[in-house]
Amino acid sequence: MNLEILGITVLWTFLFGYIIVGAIDFGAGFFNAYSLLTGKQRILTKVIQRYLSPVWEVTNVFLVFFFVGIIGFFPKTAFYYGTTLLVPVSIGVILLAIRGSYYAFETYGARGHKGYSFMYGLAGLLIPASLSIVLTISEGGFIEIVDGSPVLDYWVLFTSPLTWSIVVLSISATLYISAVFLTWYANKARDIEATDLLRKYALIWSLPTIITAGGIIFELRRHNFDHYTNIQTFLPMFLLSFILFVGTVWLLWTRRNYGWAFGLLAGQFAFAFYGYGASHYPYLLYPHLTLYDSFTNPAMAIALIIAFILGLGLLIPSLVLLMRLFLFNKDYVRGKDDFHV
Amino acid sequence: MGNEEAVFYSRVLTELTLSFHIIYATIGVGVPLMIMIAQWVGIRKNDEHYILLARRWARGFVITVAVGVVTGTAIGLQLSLLWPNFMELAGNVIALPLFMETFAFFFEAIFLGIYLYTWDRFENQKKHLLLLVPVAIGASFSAVFITMVNAFMNAPQGFDIVNGELVNINPIIAMFNPAMPTKVAHVVITAYMTAAFVLAAIAAFRLLKGSDHIYHKKALYLTMKLGLVFAIATAIIGDFSGKYLAEYQPEKLAAAEWHFETQENAPLVLLGVMSDGEVKYAIEVPFGLSILAHNNPSAEVIGLDQFPEDEIPPLYIHYLFNIMVFIGMWMVLLSIWYWVGIKRNWRSVSTRWFRWLIVLGAPLSFIAIESGWWLAEVGRQPWILRKIMRVEDAATTSGQVDLMLMLFALLYLILGIGSIVVLRRMFRKNPVERELADRQTEKGGDIQ
Ligand code: HDD
Ligand code: HEM
Ligand code: HEM
Repeated sequence: MNLEILGITVLWTFLFGYIIVGAIDFGAGFFNAYSLLTGKQRILTKVIQRYLSPVWEVTNVFLVFFFVGIIGFFPKTAFYYGTTLLVPVSIGVILLAIRGSYYAFETYGARGHKGYSFMYGLAGLLIPASLSIVLTISEGGFIEIVDGSPVLDYWVLFTSPLTWSIVVLSISATLYISAVFLTWYANKARDIEATDLLRKYALIWSLPTIITAGGIIFELRRHNFDHYTNIQTFLPMFLLSFILFVGTVWLLWTRRNYGWAFGLLAGQFAFAFYGYGASHYPYLLYPHLTLYDSFTNPAMAIALIIAFILGLGLLIPSLVLLMRLFLFNKDYVRGKDDFHV
Repeated sequence: MGNEEAVFYSRVLTELTLSFHIIYATIGVGVPLMIMIAQWVGIRKNDEHYILLARRWARGFVITVAVGVVTGTAIGLQLSLLWPNFMELAGNVIALPLFMETFAFFFEAIFLGIYLYTWDRFENQKKHLLLLVPVAIGASFSAVFITMVNAFMNAPQGFDIVNGELVNINPIIAMFNPAMPTKVAHVVITAYMTAAFVLAAIAAFRLLKGSDHIYHKKALYLTMKLGLVFAIATAIIGDFSGKYLAEYQPEKLAAAEWHFETQENAPLVLLGVMSDGEVKYAIEVPFGLSILAHNNPSAEVIGLDQFPEDEIPPLYIHYLFNIMVFIGMWMVLLSIWYWVGIKRNWRSVSTRWFRWLIVLGAPLSFIAIESGWWLAEVGRQPWILRKIMRVEDAATTSGQVDLMLMLFALLYLILGIGSIVVLRRMFRKNPVERELADRQTEKGGDIQ
């Protein structure tokens, strides 16, 4: 394995982490808002807040890690993506900012207004949608080089079916991941009502997720044939991903082991995500930028990797401690004790 | 929109985002240390008041952290969105501290989450205090690492440019550039100083608003004492920063001091106005600048005459420098006055007007932070990377920066107002007196 692949694998892993942890968070916000509308708030709010409260800042760091890391390992991406993504990413950031700060205001400050909860829930869906545009753009065909600088063609972007299927996928996957996780969490909290409701949501959102995911592969055939052909080489990974999907749905359907259901779901997304990433290789941006011509110099690459390994040595024990205290601590999950500042 | 406009709006948006972020970032760096000290004093003296102090500060801190995190995320992305050419170069040379900063955040975020949700969960309070140590370390190190990046912009090194290609890159040399020691030290210490005076201002304000509780008096005494220490350290390191400038960035010092001609025995110019290239109404301290720059009243100080016209930074930074230094000196005096006054039982330190002066210290400290940064950043002009890349060559070519500027301005307005409203509501609903009484009754029975 060369340094380029090592670098992108590390970054891709953090992006994967963000997608899973972020999806749980964003989806939870949406279900919370939705339950307000349907008067089922009593059932969900407690479960959702107990899980989210101690970890929300950690979620954000996954994202920061990804975008800082990509500038470090692949500095040329700053030029291509930085110039073109001003609008979609700024909108994403503004939504993130509103959502993140509102969350803190509401949780630690004083209870607010119902309207905010709706905004909060909605922002949670718009964020994956606006950030997923980056993936769409990476498929190429939307950026032109004019006078030596890249320019994004919004018209082509917004009229492309690929764009919209990726948007739909990002939203339904968010809700699906979140619902499966929260089903498990509610079950651990011995909250039967909430478990049932969330299980229902998980089953509802499983279908659109798998349909759009398949549809995207199909659309790539038209949009980016090279990538489509590459995907064929990684077909086993996508098949495995599909089998894991079936496994999750089956466990949910038969009300068996929800912990396993979430495990299989994580596997499903991991296979699809790494398969997609691998088939994208070697391009970071079709057809302008590859891993190799954007890679940083060896001195920096090695320094970053050493920093990364040392950093992990610090982080992994801390994350384990966080999970042991909150995620896997029976008394905490069941709401037996409350030691909030 | 032509590129000139894109450059202009990118500048304004960067100024706005950083000026806003730095308010919350400063609190984020300084307050964890203050919480730690208060909790430690509380455990040592077995004094419920200090523990509650730590707890209430921690509660308020969560709100400022949230805004710090989201605005920090904004600036992190904006650097690439607005200055893609600069970031491409910076990514090659100075990405290491930027990358390490994310680890510092990570570390801080994890332990902050744990700390906030484990009040009274441990039998041994020291264990809980221990959880705060990584928070304080993480926060201070995020400032250290990001300031290293900024120091690199002022004194770039650790690479060569041959035929437009970057060669001989050494990330470690880039990190440990000449600007780094003074800059990092000054930024971190001023954050501690500001945090101490902000918390002192809150205590003084409560005393002014009629509460006469010993709790506030203890808080005021503790924070003013800490403020004194950090204010003195700030002035000393500020002096070193001036010496650094004299050595490595003489044009910034000369512009900040309105020092036009290279000369020995250089006087220090305070205040004044410029008219037709003449300095009027200024106070001149003989030999002052030579002493500030080289510790020697007769030393030669390089003036603006040594630099081409188009490499001289805007002269208004003179006022920024004056404001910062005056505030620095004033806060040293004020905290000495308070401290001696308490020791000697002077009546003046418990008068209303004196307390108002302490309250005023909080906004003044922030003004000093802002003017210090504006001095440092505007004083680097026209360079984004000193002597290597000009600002206008670094900016994005996108045509939508003005629109984004408006959106972000609106966002910061909402966040600014929101955080103030929430903080006020949080403490008004739950005054200290009530909380202390609650904890008394709790002691015997179960909590909640
Ligand atoms: C509470 C805030 C505060 C206070 C009271 C002071 N400073 Fe300061 N100063 C800063 C906050 C600050 C800062 C915000 O932290 C800056 C901006 C960039 C930097 O490196 O630190 C800064 C920069 C800065 C610079 C420019 C460094 C550079 O561009 O590389 C100099 C020369 C000084 N300071 C000197 C002083 C002196 C002689 C002070 C006398 C008391 C002083 N500062 C008080
Ligand atoms: C947080 C405190 C900071 C404040 C208040 C601040 C303020 C400013 C201001 C006022 C400018 C505009 C100067 C001009 O155009 O006349 C500027 C420019 C800039 N700053 Fe800073 N800055 C801060 C820290 C940093 C740090 C830590 C970095 C680097 C990591 C940085 C990167 C930049 C860049 C890239 C520009 C644009 C180029 C330029 O105008 O020179 N700033 N900043
Ligand atoms: C010298 C000026 C700066 C200081 C002292 C500073 C310090 C901090 C601190 C302490 C935090 C954590 C928030 C909190 O705990 O309150 C923070 C957040 C953040 N800052 Fe800054 N910062 C500065 C400038 C910058 C710049 C120029 C960038 C861009 C590269 C940046 C990027 C970030 C990011 C991305 C976060 C959010 C991290 C997270 O998700 O946890 N900061 N900053």
